[in-house]
Amino acid sequence: MDEEYDVIVLGTGLTECILSGLLSVEGKKVLHMDRNDYYGGESASLNLTQLYKKFRNNEEPPASLGKDRDYNVDIIPKFAMASGEFVKILVYTDVTRYLEFKQISGSYFCKGGKIAKVPTTQIEAFKTQLISLFEKNRLRKFFEFLQKYKEDDPSTHQGLDLTKDTMETVYSKFGLEPGTQDFIGHALALHLEDNYIHQPAKETIEKILLYLYSMNRYGKSPYIYPMYGLGELPQGFARLSAIYGGTYMLDKPIDEIVYNDQGEVIGVKSQGEVAKCKAVICDPSYVTNKVKKTGQVIRAICILNHPIPNTDDVDSVQLIIPQNQVQRKHDIYVASVSSAHSVCAKDYFIAIVSTVVETSNPEAEIEPGLNLLGPITEKFVYISDLYEPLEDGTKDKVYISKSYDATTHFETVCDDVKDIYKRIMGKELNFEGKVKRGDEEEINAM
Amino acid sequence: MNFSGRNDAASANMKPIQVKLVLLGESAVGKSSIVLRFVNNEYQDNKEPTIGAAFLTQRCKLDDRIIKFEIWDTAGQERFHSLAPMYYRNAQAAVIVYDITKPASLEKAKTWVKELQRQANPNIVIALVGNKIDLANNRSVPYEEAEAYANENGLLFFEASAKTGTNIIEVFTELAKKIPYEQILANNKTLNSRTNGQGDNGRVNLNESENNNQDGGQCNC
Ligand SMILES: Nc1nc2c(ncn2[C@@H]2O[C@H](COP(=O)(O)OP(=O)(O)O)[C@@H](O)[C@H]2O)c(=O)[nH]1
Ligand SMILES: [Mg+2]
Repeated sequence: MDEEYDVIVLGTGLTECILSGLLSVEGKKVLHMDRNDYYGGESASLNLTQLYKKFRNNEEPPASLGKDRDYNVDIIPKFAMASGEFVKILVYTDVTRYLEFKQISGSYFCKGGKIAKVPTTQIEAFKTQLISLFEKNRLRKFFEFLQKYKEDDPSTHQGLDLTKDTMETVYSKFGLEPGTQDFIGHALALHLEDNYIHQPAKETIEKILLYLYSMNRYGKSPYIYPMYGLGELPQGFARLSAIYGGTYMLDKPIDEIVYNDQGEVIGVKSQGEVAKCKAVICDPSYVTNKVKKTGQVIRAICILNHPIPNTDDVDSVQLIIPQNQVQRKHDIYVASVSSAHSVCAKDYFIAIVSTVVETSNPEAEIEPGLNLLGPITEKFVYISDLYEPLEDGTKDKVYISKSYDATTHFETVCDDVKDIYKRIMGKELNFEGKVKRGDEEEINAM
Repeated sequence: MNFSGRNDAASANMKPIQVKLVLLGESAVGKSSIVLRFVNNEYQDNKEPTIGAAFLTQRCKLDDRIIKFEIWDTAGQERFHSLAPMYYRNAQAAVIVYDITKPASLEKAKTWVKELQRQANPNIVIALVGNKIDLANNRSVPYEEAEAYANENGLLFFEASAKTGTNIIEVFTELAKKIPYEQILANNKTLNSRTNGQGDNGRVNLNESENNNQDGGQCNC
């Protein structure tokens, strides 16, 4: 510990591990510590014992659920968009070689109390009950516009200026009904709530395109998911960091962060010893006086012994209940994976229902999601506070990540990574190509 | 049995069976040195860890099969007891190393055996290796003690030296002989058969280039 580090990273959540890996690759000397004796913090996946320890006061898990080691249950449900920034970071860093990904088998959407598949092909789009027949024609015109749209070619803009015109304008130009708007804004653009309608359309259009490209990449849904659970992700990036010289210490209680007279960080004290550094990266739990609470998310982890009803018996799904359908401001999400992803014992399924808390009775808010699941074998409900840093770290050199939000994917995590990277390194994160390896040999494709 | 570099022409047209092998053991017992001796037949005293390197492959021929060992080194994460479980996830073989001059390193090796028995692939083949027998003058772990422990726990056992090369090839040869290939092949088969034409049971290869739909191509919706 008596060395001086460029950066000390506290907490091994996904954001911290990605940054640790990227900075080590850049040649920074990194010390990475966690107060827990396991990797991942909030982004860890738990076995049964850990799950019951966390949510049931150390109660013994029932033997009927099967072997402890078969379980890798996420605490924060997220999937990766197949064509999103997170996958680009995985490919750029070659962390893909430590992990195995599978498709999520289907994407579903609730309308009028019924569950319907989000169409993945034109044929499906014309069969779906989600949209009326006349509306399908208008929707097709909208998709044609999206396909042809080129930012630098005004002849493809159909008179719209997406940087100024709102999504409302775009919807009315194509004559799309409120039900279709719900579908586009919530099932495709994956907006959590409806404010986007009054914002310039560009961001929403980009989100729709991300969904469509991701869907196109592997075909069943826009999402992919790592075998053995999301907890593998931070571990993969930690290994990257270690390979490039990063030092790892788990089970290290942090006594305090040490500052000089100007209020700039100079080190981190753990178990009585100070490790010196020029900057700190950490999650909000390590600096509770430097963050503000921005909201709450309620999540219910459910163990099922059957697939979610009305989802074609697939092994994994995402299911969205748009806010309009249940008189709410925020969508309710259901994310389900199963033994096919090595996250639970054979014939079991894990479904996590989540939403942004709006009332003083959050458990009632997720009811509509729970009601879709059929019989529930076990249920663990918890509420997490969301935090954001008060300052951007330029003054004190303490760079704080945001809590994992209620979105369904890792794109906002990547935004946070890129933003922190830029603040620390003074340059944009550029992940064209691949990082250079030492003498690691390329695996030949078999 | 025949170990060869990656450019062995005779084996080039046979599909190798990939075997993930991990090294475990206390820091400084010689794990990285054993790998380098095995893969490159080289040894350096006090070698600094190579930045960016913790993954090597070595092919070997066993009967009429080609085995491709994918060897994972710890990247130093064991130094402060911070090795990620992802590291030994799905490993089919493990070499657990201790230093015959350091009894504490055998105790650490035993905790790794327990951890693998608890967490790892149930069919994993494990070799316990007492390294640095070139320092036999300073031996403080008796051969018989470690051997008895290995026998009780169903582990292969060797004393070896990365420095002189003694017994290094033998460790990997004997491991290669004990790996249940039929099971690996059968597993791969069931995975491949449940595909419904979707390719490898929903498994995806992120490194293959994207469908060229990115700019203005057709969209499937
Ligand atoms: N005498 C002797 N020294 C060895 C042997 N193998 C490794 N070493 C030395 O032990 C130290 C640690 O080796 P290293 O391979 O880095 O150990 P690791 O931390 O387990 O990977 C280095 O100084 C090596 O040179 C051996 O067989 N005999
Ligand atoms: Mg080493």
